[in-house]
Amino acid sequence: MTTTIRLQREDFDVAAEAAKLARGRTDIGALVTFTGICRDHEGGHSVSAMTLEHYPGMAENEIARHVEEAKSRWPLLGVTVIHRYGRMLPGDNIVLVITASAHRQAALAAADFLMDYLKTRAPFWKLEERPDGTRWVEAKDSDDIAAARWQTRNGEAAE
Amino acid sequence: MKVLYFAWVRERVGKAEEDIAPPAGVATVSDLIAWLAGRGEEYAHAFEKPGIIRAAIDRVHVKPDTAISGAREIAFFPPMTGG
Repeated sequence: MTTTIRLQREDFDVAAEAAKLARGRTDIGALVTFTGICRDHEGGHSVSAMTLEHYPGMAENEIARHVEEAKSRWPLLGVTVIHRYGRMLPGDNIVLVITASAHRQAALAAADFLMDYLKTRAPFWKLEERPDGTRWVEAKDSDDIAAARWQTRNGEAAE
Repeated sequence: MKVLYFAWVRERVGKAEEDIAPPAGVATVSDLIAWLAGRGEEYAHAFEKPGIIRAAIDRVHVKPDTAISGAREIAFFPPMTGG
């Protein structure tokens, strides 16, 4: 089981990270990569740039906790999570989640789970630059609903 | 104890962190929010809707009724928008 968690200002190389996770292994049958990208619009207005603020120390802990939760739920062979911070332009990468497993269902579900939790529980905040000034992005109910899908009957996942 | 502020809470308070010494009656996270809100206009603005403010004690998410005794670092921030 290879786990990589990084917070960084610099860009990342999706193909290189995927190759690194799978290197030398022949037991991986499915590898999922999800890349979150800065887009140039949101809710009908244009976005010229975005700044990601984070809580150093806590952000790493929260991501690690959810990676552990994902590993306990699915038979994963590798996980990589890279989240950028700082100012990004449309087209720039923001976040990378890679999950590897013997079969696709586990890899797909674990990547979906990790993204839902990164959006609602990892301490990051987005500041958008719009034509009329800067504005903090508001949390979406749809993201909370997506994260709630993973709650177990015994309580919240990784609470 | 050390208090950290993030995103628009930080902008409204006007600082990223500070050391505070709340009085003994301030026992929980929501007590602390109420006490901070009374420290001046900028704090009142930051904490005008206490229900939407999220908190972490020593880098772990906590609920408003969590006791703050023994906390080294308490952070206040808006709902998260990462990913």
